[in-house]
Amino acid sequence: MATQAFQKIYTKLNQITKATCSINASGVGNEELATVAGRLAQVVKIVGDTVTLQIFAGTEGIGTDAEVVFFGKAPTLKVSDQLGGRFFNAYGYPIDGGPEVEGEEVEIGGPSVNPVRRKQPSELIATGIAGIDLNNTLVTGQKIPFFADPDQPYNEVMAMVALRAESDKIILGGMGLSNDDYLLYKNTFENAGVIDRIISFVNTTEDPTVERLLVPNMALTAAEYFALEKNEKVLVLLTDMTLYCDALSIVSNRMDQIPSKDSMPGSLYSDLAKLYEKAVQFPEGGSITIIAVTTLSGGDITHAIPDNTGYITEGQLFLKRDTDIAKVIVDPFRSLSRLKQLVIGKKTRADHPQVMNTAVRLYADAAGAKTKLENGFDLSDYDERVLQFAKEYSEHILAIDVNVSTDEMLDTTWTLFQKHFNKAEVGIKDEFMNLYWKKA
Amino acid sequence: MTKGIVKGIIANLVQVEVSGPVSQNEICYINLGGVKLMAEVIKVMGNIAYSQVFESTRGLKPGDTVEFTEHMLEVKLGPGMLSKNYDGLQNDLNKMNGVFLTRGEYTDPLDEESVWHFTPLVKEGDKVKGGDWLGSVPESWISHKIMVPFGMEGEYNVKSVALEGDYKISDTIATLVDVDGNEIAINMIQKWPVKVPIKCYKEKPRPFKLMETGVRTMDTLNPMVEGGTGFIPGPFGAGKTVLQHAISKNAEADLIIVAACGERANEVVEIFVEFPELEDPRTGRKLMERTIIICNTSNMPVAAREASVYTAMTIAEYYRNMGLKVLLLADSTSRWAQALREMSNRMEELPGPDAFPMDLPAIVSSFYARAGFVYLNNDTSGSITFIGTVSPAGGNLKEPVTESTKKAARCFYALSQARADSKRYPAVDPIDSYSKYLEYPEVIEYLNTNVSPNWVKDVNSTKDILLRGKEAQEQINILGDDGVPLSYHDKQWKGELIDKIILQQDGFDKIDQSTPMKRQKYMLELILSICGKDFVFESFEDVMPYYVKLINICKQMNYVEFESPDFKQYESELHKVVEERRAK
Repeated sequence: MATQAFQKIYTKLNQITKATCSINASGVGNEELATVAGRLAQVVKIVGDTVTLQIFAGTEGIGTDAEVVFFGKAPTLKVSDQLGGRFFNAYGYPIDGGPEVEGEEVEIGGPSVNPVRRKQPSELIATGIAGIDLNNTLVTGQKIPFFADPDQPYNEVMAMVALRAESDKIILGGMGLSNDDYLLYKNTFENAGVIDRIISFVNTTEDPTVERLLVPNMALTAAEYFALEKNEKVLVLLTDMTLYCDALSIVSNRMDQIPSKDSMPGSLYSDLAKLYEKAVQFPEGGSITIIAVTTLSGGDITHAIPDNTGYITEGQLFLKRDTDIAKVIVDPFRSLSRLKQLVIGKKTRADHPQVMNTAVRLYADAAGAKTKLENGFDLSDYDERVLQFAKEYSEHILAIDVNVSTDEMLDTTWTLFQKHFNKAEVGIKDEFMNLYWKKA
Repeated sequence: MTKGIVKGIIANLVQVEVSGPVSQNEICYINLGGVKLMAEVIKVMGNIAYSQVFESTRGLKPGDTVEFTEHMLEVKLGPGMLSKNYDGLQNDLNKMNGVFLTRGEYTDPLDEESVWHFTPLVKEGDKVKGGDWLGSVPESWISHKIMVPFGMEGEYNVKSVALEGDYKISDTIATLVDVDGNEIAINMIQKWPVKVPIKCYKEKPRPFKLMETGVRTMDTLNPMVEGGTGFIPGPFGAGKTVLQHAISKNAEADLIIVAACGERANEVVEIFVEFPELEDPRTGRKLMERTIIICNTSNMPVAAREASVYTAMTIAEYYRNMGLKVLLLADSTSRWAQALREMSNRMEELPGPDAFPMDLPAIVSSFYARAGFVYLNNDTSGSITFIGTVSPAGGNLKEPVTESTKKAARCFYALSQARADSKRYPAVDPIDSYSKYLEYPEVIEYLNTNVSPNWVKDVNSTKDILLRGKEAQEQINILGDDGVPLSYHDKQWKGELIDKIILQQDGFDKIDQSTPMKRQKYMLELILSICGKDFVFESFEDVMPYYVKLINICKQMNYVEFESPDFKQYESELHKVVEERRAK
């Protein structure tokens, strides 16, 4: 960013830490953007005439005589249709070699939507993945994370969801993405020929850590533009939120804040809520849906990051490797979409809720039978049948490589019911039995 | 009026250099380029007042001017609050233009132009004091009392009172004269600082009356009382909000105040959408007609979140003083505590456990103490029943907010992850939960008089059966099905019978979702009579199918209209099945 006329320039730093520096300056506003020796920084604290700046790219090599230039505004993004199909870094500068985007300059991290101006989410988002569409249906305006261990293929699944979901725009916010994963997204989107619908804000592991803090707000500011101004259905993918939280804790640590649980800043809940609550259904039809990834450490969901996330988001999705079919499935027990009640059986076929619950109940019986087997007890005929059902259900429904419509998922499940069980064991309302239970 | 200048900014904590006197908790307005941001003084050091700003401080600069108001954060009270949606500072959200909340936009919580039909309740020459009723106006279906402002100390003579007729809220409806002969004109509006309890009542006895909620696991097992306090801790996904919504739909209260404090916006939208549609089962009116929503969702400014619970409590106290039964629900008090933590952190106070402020237990208990059952000056009664949810980090109940709340609240409804996972809703753990009120002699007497003479005894034996069932189940899990005496299986399933029929309740079923006390009594006595019987089984394999059969019949009873032909049909079927294995 070039220096402009009448900007104040300071050259005497009086304190430098790993992520922040302080300088005596006047007339500076809170959260104002600045450059320190050409690196972007933001005002995080003002006491008297001492201004503390957080330097996104880190303070390595910055001298006490570094030039500090204040811009007189908070971080902004220029929004317009030109954003479509482009790749940007955390500051919103193009990294795909294309020209700068022209458009209205909007401050990122803007105010919240008035709750009385929201609409209750009611539109289903089909992904073709039965573990999601059938058991944990997503709804526009929802916010939901994948809770995944680092070894699970969450980025692949997210890319797949993004491509299959019927949305007008897909905005990727990548935080601490490895270069390989960044290329995975880039290539997947390019190969699918949907690049015009995609906008990416990416901070890779090669970029400075603290820069990540800008990424979600950049992505969500762009999302708000398309959802509100263009009434579009926008899907925002945020990966990986755990690395975002790590960056938060680094900054709060450098500012001598007292850490709360798991060394996270005490404001973690509010910080995350400010992002996730940008998910919204507007009455005019536009919506922002957020699908995020929160990586866990050894599946521990009591850690401060997944724990706070769980209290904010509307459910969570777990991936699991099913050794019986050697595929990754969406775990039907621990996954939950809190908003599914708003659409299932209403926007989908009426038998959806009953079929879903029955299948999960039978799948749970299979888990019980498996425990019996492992403990060396004899299996009953019913146990044998549920085990076989569970295997086929995993293969044809839960596996993430399945890509069918919701009606087909329901039909497949009915076929499996009929193959392995009698009517009483299935125990679905007669109304649906008469319709879908095929006469012999 | 004191003025000041901004000296420092750390997130939403602003240091203001003041030129005159300021008081703790005084409200000030910071001028940011023409936009006035509301803030509250939370610490004074020398001539620096530390103020927490209720809005984002982006762009604020040292040197910006500040005006102090000489009053604390207060709410504006008067007719017209019913059915409103307020933010944490009592701004009417519906009056705000635009999709986004604009910084510095404050709206009137009342409608100045609205007209109310006033009926006087006093006459010239009457002596009155703070909180006494001067007259009433109908607000929806509530008789809204116009009271002598709570802040007026001592006794006053009524000099004149308006005739019955239509008035605006700012019209004078009475003139009072104090002992020195000064005249005070009274209109329908009064203001009150939210952090100060309203104490214009005669006495506050121990609560004794049952507060029906229609939720069996509460009413039967661990009852809430009018003017009681309770809290619901539970990990995410255990159904805290769902349970609170169920209570708000069915509770036997005149007025419900829902404080959505730092929770999901879509959940509040659900109330916005559903409550105007749903009917209050007792009055047939729409639920929204008896509801006030204080909505400060998680993405709204954190300092206003702290204020929101106080705003809700003060409005509750105002309506209580009209002799109403008010139910206040706060979801979630943990978010409130976190707001306190964020501020304490910014003020660089030495932290207590988990970085919460040291005085957290004191703050929580003095807040819970504002609930209660009271006799007003005119001997009518009013009450505030308060139920808060707690969101313990990692679902671990050994954390400061849960522990502080446990000391303050008298009822504890522990939501268990294990029950939620096995879809046993409401997921209130029957063993860990308690209601201290069951030990109050006044409550015992009330229940035994109004429900049934043996009620408390029955409730306690129900708890015993549940506990024995749980112990038996643990033994079976350790020793195996055939490693324990047959009676263990019987005990386990008797506990299960109570769990399935009394405790579990289908919140989505039209009939099952709310159970009146009469029906709860009938079912409990029926189930206890079954549990009191000895059954004969040949082997442990017979036990489960038999009890499953009993449970299925009882469940059908729960789903049909009480005492309907279907209900009676199922009941006689039940008695037949009971006879099948009863020990002769």
